[in-house]
Amino acid sequence: MGKMQCKCGHVNPPGTILCESCGRSLTEEEQNKKLADMRYEGTARRSQTYNKSIIDKIWNFFSSVKVGVSIIVILLIAAAIGTILPQAQYVNVPVRNDATIKAYYADVYGEIGKIYHFLGFHDLYSSAWFILLVGMLAISLIVASLDRFVPLYRSLKNQRVLRHPSFMNKQRIYAEGPAPEDSMQKAEEKLKDLKYKVTLDKNGLLAEKGRFSRWGPYVNHIGLIIFLFGVMLRMMPGFYVDETLWIREGETRAIPDAPGYFLENKNFTMETYTGEGEDAKFEEAIDRVGTVAKNYQTDIVLYQTPEESLPGATDELEEVEEHAIRVNQPLKFDGYAVYQMDFRQNELRAMTFDLTNKETEESLGSLTIDLVSPEKSYDLGNDTRVDLLGYYPDFSGFENGEPQTETPIPNNPGFLVRMFTPETPDGEVSFIVIQNTIEPLGENQYKLTFQNAETRDVSGLTIRKDSTLPILGLGGLIFMIGVAQGMYFNHRRFWIQKQEDGGLVLAGHTNKNWYGLKKDLDQVSEFASLPPYIDQQEEIEKQEKLEKEQKLEGDELS
Amino acid sequence: MTMAELSSNLLYVAFVAYLIATFVFGGAVRGNKEGSFKSEGRWGKVAFIVTLIGFLSHLGYFITRWAATGHAPLSNMFEFTTAFGMTLVGGFIVLYLLYKTPVLGMIVLPVALLIIAFASMFPSEVSPLIPALQTNWLAIHVSTVVIAEGILAISAGAGLVYLLKVVDMNKKSKQRFWLEAIMYSLVVVMGFVIASSYFSLTGYQADFTYVNKDGNESSITYNMPPLVGMNEYTSLTEGAMEPFFETPAIINASKITTVLWSFFVGTILYWLIRLVARRRIAAIFKPFVKNVSLQLMDEINYRAVIIGFPLFTLGALIFAMIWAQIAWSRFWGWDPKEVWALITWLFYAAYLHLRLGKGWHGEKSAWLGVVGFAIIMFNLVAVNLIIAGLHSYA
Repeated sequence: MGKMQCKCGHVNPPGTILCESCGRSLTEEEQNKKLADMRYEGTARRSQTYNKSIIDKIWNFFSSVKVGVSIIVILLIAAAIGTILPQAQYVNVPVRNDATIKAYYADVYGEIGKIYHFLGFHDLYSSAWFILLVGMLAISLIVASLDRFVPLYRSLKNQRVLRHPSFMNKQRIYAEGPAPEDSMQKAEEKLKDLKYKVTLDKNGLLAEKGRFSRWGPYVNHIGLIIFLFGVMLRMMPGFYVDETLWIREGETRAIPDAPGYFLENKNFTMETYTGEGEDAKFEEAIDRVGTVAKNYQTDIVLYQTPEESLPGATDELEEVEEHAIRVNQPLKFDGYAVYQMDFRQNELRAMTFDLTNKETEESLGSLTIDLVSPEKSYDLGNDTRVDLLGYYPDFSGFENGEPQTETPIPNNPGFLVRMFTPETPDGEVSFIVIQNTIEPLGENQYKLTFQNAETRDVSGLTIRKDSTLPILGLGGLIFMIGVAQGMYFNHRRFWIQKQEDGGLVLAGHTNKNWYGLKKDLDQVSEFASLPPYIDQQEEIEKQEKLEKEQKLEGDELS
Repeated sequence: MTMAELSSNLLYVAFVAYLIATFVFGGAVRGNKEGSFKSEGRWGKVAFIVTLIGFLSHLGYFITRWAATGHAPLSNMFEFTTAFGMTLVGGFIVLYLLYKTPVLGMIVLPVALLIIAFASMFPSEVSPLIPALQTNWLAIHVSTVVIAEGILAISAGAGLVYLLKVVDMNKKSKQRFWLEAIMYSLVVVMGFVIASSYFSLTGYQADFTYVNKDGNESSITYNMPPLVGMNEYTSLTEGAMEPFFETPAIINASKITTVLWSFFVGTILYWLIRLVARRRIAAIFKPFVKNVSLQLMDEINYRAVIIGFPLFTLGALIFAMIWAQIAWSRFWGWDPKEVWALITWLFYAAYLHLRLGKGWHGEKSAWLGVVGFAIIMFNLVAVNLIIAGLHSYA
């Protein structure tokens, strides 16, 4: 297909329907239409012109609105399927791995759960095919936009004031007839009043307003593409940090993935609504639902190591700030944010025992075992001491005679100790868990008697850094601008030409809101005494309706 | 009178005003037989003023409740749904001012009445905010969403009027079936309201213990006679009816019971209406929509979407993401409510592309408008009550 030269002399790209310059119909099909197809100004869209190579075919596929909408609808249905059962990330299993999650779906949801898991719907939104669909949507956004934007831009840039009569009389709004001598000048004046940009050329006039609204769809698509690009960027290392930090009251810990920063947990608080005093108005609701949480808060101190110190050195921490981290009030520093996400109350911190003679119940002294960093040996004086042979923070039973611990968290601490007293200088071995003592090597004279325990709370904090947020924000902003630009403004044009006989020809076009266009034209017509216009679209519809009715009547008669 | 009492009284006033306005709008449209728009104009104006009084009273409810609770009354099922009823009427008022269409009021106001009645079936006492909701973003995010959804619902209202006029109720067709299905589903909501009110006025209660999905014993109170029993249930209330069958642990049989009662009462009501009127419900509306301009309804349908869609994007996606980033440390987490907001957004994006790109005007557009409303209602009702997630309100 070669370039298409119009009778007016303008050379158009292959596939053009209406001459970019004068508006003559270039195809036979177009010439036979009552109204010109003005959707993309009759320009040559690549997708409508070439269909030979593989690239053409791919291009045409993605530039189609039908394909775009189909992808949207498939995504929509897929997204809905993902909400039938909870996604794996929201499932509560004690130990998280593929097997336990699979078992969870089968146990809780039965056969349906098994099928759901088998089809991969439990992790639908990060599945390859779902991401592929989103990717296809992004390609469709880009291709469909380019396919339309480029020729449309060219054509609106090249448009001429003087249009061929065949272009004029195929516009939806059309008028011709005699008019007073000064109508052109008056029309120009009024159109300028109405904020139209008016260009004159010989005997013609072009008035244009709101051309930028034509770019709205492309601007909002750019916004979406920027947003999706931002989301993609999160997969690159360094852009995105998501860590969990469990920190006990009184502890100071390095913040994961934030080198040089340390956090001290001063205190964790959880408050509930009491239904009294200030909360009295909530009494009824609290009675109905039980406890309602009011506040989760971790009071922290943020520290930083001085720049010159060695990596990992913690002896010279400098205080940066104190902050109360609450839900909706994260701690922010240096691009990071620390959130209050979880907590464990009353975790065992230390346990105190008395070393007592089983018979006389006489105490030889007491020892306190720190459950996070227990010591190897506790000396009680007078040749009395307790050696800690083994410590099992979360004792779960014996395996081959060896005590086991399930987790490193002191939920159910077990101690294997050897007790030395002046009476038993060789020591007696004892295994102690809460409310139970086992004496594996025979009857002992002494035992450790539990006295009391200290507890503290643990805060579960989430550390985030997301450098893509500004990109996502920009994408969202551009999308909104594009939507407003395309939806709330419209592109209106009038062409007026003075004929040799002194009469006028007028045509009007808008991309939407014909009502508004007509209101403008009414004002201009009245002021400049233009010939009355007709809405050719409505005429055609009226004609069709009439024909239909006549046909119906005819059918009834026959 | 305390602030909270004043608030609920204002809501009653609004309800009654909408009820009156519905009939006056109906009369305004009906009374104009010869296509003369005189009576329509006069009675339409009266109805509009009554609607306006109702809306102001509704707004008064909202403001006084805000004062009473100390937070934007958008935090639970009752509050959100009541506000949705308000924005629906608000959306109607805006479009009435633009297009002067009494017939739209005749359709939208009964739907708003149903929504308010539905809302009042949920616990309405003043309730405290959990930590995640204690921020101004509650007011910003939820109010934008509820306004957007109210306006989008107007698109469905205009679509419904369009369909009521255009679909031939005398000939069997898919369109006739689905249009009547819409009417039926509205009657089922009425069934829910009637059943809930009846059993709550008579103070029905039946207590059960059952084994939940984690294998632990739990207890539950039914507020309607138990048609369906929980997993391995034991009845604690003497004289309560024996459930017909037992459900697996993942199903909340109490909710199923409520749904079944709603359908039961709704279906009876539906057939009563049909027997008395001796025609389909959609056909009852035929004389009211005789003079409707289809082009105008199509325009309102589209106009509502182009106002509602950007607002929805802003409220349900952008503001939502900002808040989620602040409260939950991530702007998006594929929580069911988030997913359904995305689905709603994708749906209206498809609507716009089909309309602008494929020329889906008129009837096709009307159906899409109605489907959009169905998706919004699904997100409100089913996602809150059935699919549990972070957004569970009730």
